[in-house]
Amino acid sequence: MAVCIAVIAKENYPLYIRSTPTENELKFHYMVHTSLDVVDEKISAMGKALVDQRELYLGLLYPTEDYKVYGYVTNSKVKFVMVVDSSNTALRDNEIRSMFRKLHNSYTDVMCNPFYNPGDRIQSRAFENMVTSMMIQVC
Amino acid sequence: MEGLTLSDAEQKYYSDLFSYCDIESTKKVVVNGRVLELFRAAQLPNDVVLQIMELCGATRLGYFGRSQFYIALKLVAVAQSGFPLRVESINTVKDLPLPRFVASKNEQESRHATSYSSDSENQGSYSGVIPPPPGRGQVKKGPGSHDAVQPRPAADQQEPASPVVSPQQSPPTSPHTWRKHNRHPSGGNSERPLAGPGPFWSPFGDTQSGSSAGDAVWSGQSPPPPQENWVSFADTPPTSTLLTMHPASVQDQTTVRTVASATTANEIRRQSSSYDDPWKITDEQRQYYVNQFKTIQPDLNGFIPGSAAKEFFTKSKLPILELSHIWELSDFDKDGALTLDEFCAAFHLVVARKNGYDLPEKLPESLMPKLIDLEDSADVGDQPGEVGYSGSPAEAPPSKSPSMPSLNQTWPELNQSSEQWETFSERSSSSQTLTQFDSNIAPADPDTAIVHPVPIRMTPSKIHMQEMELKRTSSDHTNPTSPLLVKTSDLSEENKINSSVKFPSGNTVADGYSSSDSFPSDPEQIGSNVTRQRSHSGTSPDNTAPPPPPPRPQPSHSRSSSLDMNRTFAVTTGQQQTGAVAHPPAVPPRPQPSQAPGPSVHRPVDADGLITHTSTSPQQIPEQPNFADFSQFEVFAASNVTEEQDGEAEKHPEVLPTEKASDPATSLRIAQADGKIEEKTAASVPANVSKGTTPLAPPPKPVRRRLKSEDELRPDVDEHTQKTGVLAAVLASQPSIPRSVGKDKKAIQASIRRNKETNTVLARLNSELQQQLKDVLEERISLEVQLEQLRPFSHL
Repeated sequence: MAVCIAVIAKENYPLYIRSTPTENELKFHYMVHTSLDVVDEKISAMGKALVDQRELYLGLLYPTEDYKVYGYVTNSKVKFVMVVDSSNTALRDNEIRSMFRKLHNSYTDVMCNPFYNPGDRIQSRAFENMVTSMMIQVC
Repeated sequence: MEGLTLSDAEQKYYSDLFSYCDIESTKKVVVNGRVLELFRAAQLPNDVVLQIMELCGATRLGYFGRSQFYIALKLVAVAQSGFPLRVESINTVKDLPLPRFVASKNEQESRHATSYSSDSENQGSYSGVIPPPPGRGQVKKGPGSHDAVQPRPAADQQEPASPVVSPQQSPPTSPHTWRKHNRHPSGGNSERPLAGPGPFWSPFGDTQSGSSAGDAVWSGQSPPPPQENWVSFADTPPTSTLLTMHPASVQDQTTVRTVASATTANEIRRQSSSYDDPWKITDEQRQYYVNQFKTIQPDLNGFIPGSAAKEFFTKSKLPILELSHIWELSDFDKDGALTLDEFCAAFHLVVARKNGYDLPEKLPESLMPKLIDLEDSADVGDQPGEVGYSGSPAEAPPSKSPSMPSLNQTWPELNQSSEQWETFSERSSSSQTLTQFDSNIAPADPDTAIVHPVPIRMTPSKIHMQEMELKRTSSDHTNPTSPLLVKTSDLSEENKINSSVKFPSGNTVADGYSSSDSFPSDPEQIGSNVTRQRSHSGTSPDNTAPPPPPPRPQPSHSRSSSLDMNRTFAVTTGQQQTGAVAHPPAVPPRPQPSQAPGPSVHRPVDADGLITHTSTSPQQIPEQPNFADFSQFEVFAASNVTEEQDGEAEKHPEVLPTEKASDPATSLRIAQADGKIEEKTAASVPANVSKGTTPLAPPPKPVRRRLKSEDELRPDVDEHTQKTGVLAAVLASQPSIPRSVGKDKKAIQASIRRNKETNTVLARLNSELQQQLKDVLEERISLEVQLEQLRPFSHL
C-alpha cells in the first residue's frame, strides 16, 4: 500500500529508502526530501514532551493529487516518511499509525544488532522483508 | 507461431525429450499424456502450463507436433526463468536455460533432470523428495568437521542451494551431493552448480549472499551461461576442467550419467538421512559452543552483551553484513544480547557459513532457542528434537512469532525483568483497574480530600474512624493541623481517595496524586506503552476508595443525603466524627479556594460542632429564605468581622463574597448553612464552650458555619462538642488574632483547602479515566499490529 518508505537519519540523510519500482523512483526521492521540511516544521512546533507515542506520529504531511505523504519521528529524531497512493481506498489513520509502529519496531531491531553502526545504511534483511510486506500488502 | 530458433544444446535436448514423449514412435506427434506429465514435472503452476500449451498451439491443434512441442519446451524454459510468457519471448529471450523438469519416477526423466540441473538450487531432485536444506551433504559428511571452526575451503562445500527455509525452495541439492560425492576424491573445487539452468527459483539464487568465491560465481552464473556448455551430455568428455562451472557441470553430468545408478542410491540414502535437520547441532558442536560461551560469560544462564558478541564473531572474519544477518537470525528475543541458546545458534550459523552454506532467511527450527516462558532459562537444548524439513522452519518461526510480538514489545527495553514488568502491569491493570474504576466516584468531601497520610483503602466507617482518632489526637497542636483535623473529621469518603492524596497536608492534592502515580509508573517507563499505561492507571484507582457522591444542596436531611454518611455516622458515635463525616452532598463545591484570610474567626468549627443533626431538617427549611437574604449576610458578615470571639458570628466577609462567587450550589449550601447555623447557634450557644456565639450575627454565622458544617460536620452532637473543644483549644492557642478571627480564618482556609483538594481529586479522576482510555486505545492498536504480524506474508 505504501508506495515509498524512507528512513531518514537525524542529520537528514537517508538511511533507507525504497519505492515500488514501477514508478519513477526519483520522483519519490524528491517528495521525501521536500517532506523533510514539513517534518521539521512540525517538530519545532510541537515543543517539548514528545514522549507520548501519539506525538511521534506526525500525520499527513502534505497531500498531492496522486499521493499522500505521512510522517513519523522518533525520539532520537530519526524520521520515517511514507508515501501512499491516494487512489488507494483511503487508509485509515490507524492503519498508517500501525504501519509506522511496525517500522519503528523493525528499526529498533536493526539498532539492537551490534553489527549495525548507527548512521549506516540499513541493510538488514528482516527490515527489508518487513518493508516489502508493507509495500505489497495489497497484492 | 513464430519460427523457433534453437541452439544446438536446446535442439538436442528437445529432441531427446520429444523422443521421450514419443512413446509411440511416431516421430511426429507426441502423446499428450506424456507431455503433460513432462510439463507437470517442470513444476510450473497449472495455469502457466495451460498458457504454454495454448501458446504453442497444441490446444489449437489438439496434439503436440514436434514444433509445438519444441515451442512448449522453450516456453517452459522461459517460464522457469521467470520471464513472462509471450510468444515473442520464444526467440527473444537470450541465453535461456534449458527447461528443467523435476524428476518423476521415470528414471530417464530424472536423468535428464539431474543432468541438466546442476545448481544446488535446482532440484534435480529425486522422486519428489524434498531434501533438506543446504547443508545437508555437509552435515552428513563430516559432522566432526564442525567441531572446529575451521573455515573450510569454500570450494569444498557446495553452496547450499537456496536458503533453508524458503518454502519455495525446492529440493535440492541432490545432484549436488552427487557431485560432491563424485568430486570429493578429485579434490574438487567448484562444484558450483551448474548454474546453467537458470535458477529455478531465481529469487533464491539472488539471495545467496555469495561470500565464497564459489557462491559468487554461482550466483553470477544464474543467468544462463552459454548454452554451448550444455552440449548435450552425451558429448561431454569425462575430463573435467574444473575451471568453470560448466565444464565442471559437464563433467558432473557425465559422471552422473555413468554412475547414475550408483549415485542414485547414494542420493537416496543421503536424502533419507538428511531428513534429520541439517541445522541440528551435534553434541560435540554444542559442547564446543558452550565452552566458547563460557569464555565470554561464565554464567551459562546469563547473557553475552552485544559488543562482546560482536568482537567474538568478528574474529571469524566473515563480512560484517553476514554477521549482521546472523545476528538478526539468532537474537531471537531482539534484546541485543545472546543467551546460551542464541549464542549456539549464532555460532552454528557462523560455522555453517564459513563452511560455505548459505545463511537461511529464517532461523531453522533446531536452532531456535526455546521460549518456554518469558524467563531466560537459556539452557534448554537447542534441538527441539524435531525432524526439520527445510521447509518447515518457515512455519516454525511464524508459530513462535505470535509470542514474539508481545515479547518484543517489552523485551527490548526490559531485558530480563520484562516478564516481571509485564506481569506486574497486567496484574495491576486487570485486577484493579476495572474495579477501581467503578468505584471511583468524585470525592465529595473536600475536607476529606486532604492529606491524611494513611493510605488505607477505605471502607468508610473504619478508616474514617481511625483517621478521626488519629487526627483528633494529633491535632492538638498548631494551627496548621487544625484544618487537618477538621478535614479528617470530615473525612468520610474522602478517605477513599488516593492515599497519595492524603499526603502532606500542605501539598495540594494534585501533588500527592502525581507522586503516587509517577511512583509505580516510573519503573515501567521503559516498558511498552501499553504496559506502562496500564499500570499507571491501575495505581490511582487502586488507592482511591470510592468517594462519596458529590454533595448536593439538598433541602432535605443533611443526614439522609448519603447512605454512606449515615452508615458512617451510625458507626462513629462517640468518635469525633464531628463534621468529618459531614454530609458529603453538602460539601463539595466549596467556595473557590481563595485563601481569604478573612479576619473572621475560625470558629466555624465550633459552630459546626454545635450543630446538631437533629435540627437539620428544620434547618433546611429556613435555609431557603436565607438564600435570598444572602446579601444581607454579607453585610452582616462584614459588620461582624470585628465581632468578638465567637466564630459562629463571624464569617469572613471575604468568605462570603467568595462563596458567592462560587456556584449557586455553594450559595445554596451557604444558605443551608446559614439556616443551620442559626439554629445551631441558638442551640449551641449554651453548649459552646469556648465561644459565645453572638446572636448578633446569625446570618454570618451560617455562612461560616456552612463552610464547616457542610463539609465537615453534619454533626453529631457529641462529636461536635469534642471537636469544637479541640478546635477551641487549638484556636485558643492563637495569640495574636482575636479568637474569632483566627477561627474564621482557619475555617475558611480549611474549607478552601478542602475545595482545592476536591477539585484536584476530581481532576485526577478525570485524568485517570483519560489515561485508561488511552491505554485501551493503545492496547487496541497493539493488538492490531500483532494481528498484522500474525497474518504472515500471505501475499508473498
